[in-house]
Amino acid sequence: MNPLLSIDDLTVEYDVGGKTLSAVAGVSLTVGKGETLGLVGESGCGKSTLGRAVLQLRKPTGGTVTFDGTELTTLGSEAMRLMRRRLQLIFQDPIASLNPRRCIGDIIAEPLVIAGVADKAERDRRVREVMVAVGLDPDNALGRLPHEFSGGQCQRICIARALILEPELVICDEPVSALDVSIRAQILNLLEEMKRRYGLTLLFIAHDLAVVKAVSDRIAVMYLGKLAEIGPTERLFAQPAHPYTALLLEAIPVPDPTVRPAANVAVGEPPSPLAPPSGCRFRTRCPRADAKCAAEVPQLREIGGGQFAACHHPLSA
Amino acid sequence: MAAPRGAVLDVGVDTSTVAPVRRQRRVGGLFVASVIWIALVALGAIFADLLPIPSPTDMDMLGKRALPSAEHWLGNDVLGRDVFSRLIYGGRISLTVGLLAPVLGVTIGGALGLLAGYFRGRLETFITGGVDVLLAFPPLVFALAVTAYLGQSIANITLVIGVLGIPAFTRVARAVTLSLSEREFVTAARALGATHSRIILRELLPNVALPLVAFFLLGVAVTIVVEGALSFLGLGVPPPAPSWGSMIGEGRESLDIAPWLAFLPALFMFLTVLAFNVVGDTLRALTDPRPGAL
Amino acid sequence: MNDTPLLSIEGVSVSLPTPRGTLRAVDGVDLALPAGRTLGVVGESGCGKTMLSRAILQLLPKRAALRGRVMFDGRDLAALPREELRRLRGPELAVVFQDPMTSLNPVLTIGTQIVETLQAHLGLDTAKATQRATELLAEVGIPAPAQRLRQYPHQLSGGMRQRVAIAIALSCEPRLLIADEPTTALDVTVQAQILDLLAREQQRRHMAMILITHDLGVVAGRTDEVAVMYAGRVVERAPTPRLFKHMRMPYTEALLAAIPKLDSAPHTPLPAIGGRPPDPTRPLPGCSFAPRCKYADAVCEHTKPALDDPEGAGALFACWHPLT
Repeated sequence: MNPLLSIDDLTVEYDVGGKTLSAVAGVSLTVGKGETLGLVGESGCGKSTLGRAVLQLRKPTGGTVTFDGTELTTLGSEAMRLMRRRLQLIFQDPIASLNPRRCIGDIIAEPLVIAGVADKAERDRRVREVMVAVGLDPDNALGRLPHEFSGGQCQRICIARALILEPELVICDEPVSALDVSIRAQILNLLEEMKRRYGLTLLFIAHDLAVVKAVSDRIAVMYLGKLAEIGPTERLFAQPAHPYTALLLEAIPVPDPTVRPAANVAVGEPPSPLAPPSGCRFRTRCPRADAKCAAEVPQLREIGGGQFAACHHPLSA
Repeated sequence: MAAPRGAVLDVGVDTSTVAPVRRQRRVGGLFVASVIWIALVALGAIFADLLPIPSPTDMDMLGKRALPSAEHWLGNDVLGRDVFSRLIYGGRISLTVGLLAPVLGVTIGGALGLLAGYFRGRLETFITGGVDVLLAFPPLVFALAVTAYLGQSIANITLVIGVLGIPAFTRVARAVTLSLSEREFVTAARALGATHSRIILRELLPNVALPLVAFFLLGVAVTIVVEGALSFLGLGVPPPAPSWGSMIGEGRESLDIAPWLAFLPALFMFLTVLAFNVVGDTLRALTDPRPGAL
Repeated sequence: MNDTPLLSIEGVSVSLPTPRGTLRAVDGVDLALPAGRTLGVVGESGCGKTMLSRAILQLLPKRAALRGRVMFDGRDLAALPREELRRLRGPELAVVFQDPMTSLNPVLTIGTQIVETLQAHLGLDTAKATQRATELLAEVGIPAPAQRLRQYPHQLSGGMRQRVAIAIALSCEPRLLIADEPTTALDVTVQAQILDLLAREQQRRHMAMILITHDLGVVAGRTDEVAVMYAGRVVERAPTPRLFKHMRMPYTEALLAAIPKLDSAPHTPLPAIGGRPPDPTRPLPGCSFAPRCKYADAVCEHTKPALDDPEGAGALFACWHPLT
């Protein structure tokens, strides 16, 4: 697969009260054309920051982001503005990402206006087309305000807005975590359908491995700003190599009372990213940690079959 | 376990909307009364020259402090001028200053606040710093200085009060913009490649405008009082032009024999300020786009 | 099953006046919970599960009208005077909400908040209360509890805040704990820990617990009985193992099927439930789920099915065409 997006040694740092917080600390990955890469991790692991850094909404402190052969980090602001048509973003909170005072028709048409589609009839036609595609009724919805819609419908509106310019890469930042289980399934199915229809490449960010599995070809697991593991979905689920991936898998509630929840699998919470542990960042919660883990930062290495893990003591070696 | 076996509908459409939730925007009788009062004062002020009332500056030396009569509905003041006429013409000045000064404040202050809240960084430091300096400057000294150098006129008094109002509007606009900029729809607009001016005008301004308008109406009320106070102190519009504040000042001298000369303009000012406050508060309550959330 | 239930909800309805008409949030719900048992209440947002918990706690909005009886340990909470009710909250009834950031007071240290609760309800002196607060924080798995007492809610992570909220809820040894979506705002790993913590403390203290959630996966291993709510009514209720082994109500099945499965291949379309729940201000004459149900026919559209236990197996459901 030809990589459409490749991220190399990307770092994003914030200044928090004089201290430097590395939200993303040297992440490299590629997303092939037409592929869905799931990006998983707990809150604060830097997965959302990574998504925003790819879109240059948050300026990376180091590293490169190459999209279809163009380096985005050094792109001028006007060139980047034009590039944005090919890259889109879908947010976690669908209601907050819609301007409460603009009607749905205007919101969905906005990307066309920004892109300079001057013909009003042409804009209307395309708005209606994309609304039908995402399962909204244009005649009913066009003139209404966002608060008249449910969360699931607002997410459909956001998806319509993201797709109207027919982008190549869509970054979905926790698109279903604010939704109910039943609506979640509708939106996940819709994203899959849209991917087929528009030939999209997706970077799908979520904290729930089960959700990510339903849509991803490959999955990357992030912990405290670094990649812990990356690999093909089936393989990663069948034999997770990094203990952190295993922990995430065990934490998913199984809707079957005969499967007793594993007792105390998930130990503690991630330490503050302001003062990450030395060596392997996961070692403070890891059952396999030893002296080597404290001394040496593990590098991503191939476990086999396209599966890479950054661990001194991988589970399935 | 009951397997899915297609036991459920797979409908990828969600077209139904909730029945239109148009809140019945009920407004109280107080609001209606306030609007009527403001309309009356405004109409009187606009068409004062056409009304069949005596001139506000013609003195009737024989009818000083005359009691109400068919000719002088509310009597005469110390110099024998018709009180009713002066109240109406005074409303002209109070409303002119009361509306124009906050317009100045809301335009400049609103723009500064929007820019500070949206761009943050050094611009914000600069703007909030400037606003703090303006706030720290004693308002009376400022008013004195301007009237001393530029002279007493409606334009100057408007300018003084308008400039003094800028910090409040800047702060309101900045606070609202700050909280809005955090919202994802602004990030969404950036991700779509919208220019800064488009984000400010299309995404932020409509959301900042309504709180600002509500605050503007409260500003009108405050300005009328401030104009009155300045006129009372002799810093307002030059005599003999009537203003409610100067009328109260003049009436003070005969408070013991003809108290209505001070109380009537005070009552007009009170009712007008109250009316603007009521309208401002009601509008603020109505500006939430969500209907009474369930 | 115990003989006398600790909590018994009899024909409870909650209605709220809205600009669009009366909203029937809870519609004739009967539930019983024996001491020391755990009940899961599952449903989508807007199904009335939160209003039901508010009705039990007598924390309904002022405009809401409550009908029916909420019997707690032989007393009807709905008829209890305000002062007696206040004394019940804490030592008898406690609650943990979804968002610990809003349920904790941001300007008080967590120590102050726990100590005050202990002093108000148990009459402990400050030294004893502080001692107890430290123990409580340790019990809910907060490291370095003595230091944590001096911190403010915003200095803690979401998971830690929820642990503090649980510590406050547990501080007066309640006999009934209502956990309203306690993990919805949290990460999966933290969710597992919080659920474990709740289960452990429930067992240890022999409390009764109501666990409210929209995720069937959350209640599966951690409750004795599950009630599934839809459009203000309980549509299925059964002991947990039985419910998962043999669901009768198509809605429950659809809800379960909509959860992404770990063992299914990537890109498997999820069996989503189409549409969404009916407008609660416009109740349907028949089964509320009928418009979304593939088994629905004319009967379902016209006549509301009653919640019944036709087989006498302790498994109740309200459906004309139950799954077999």
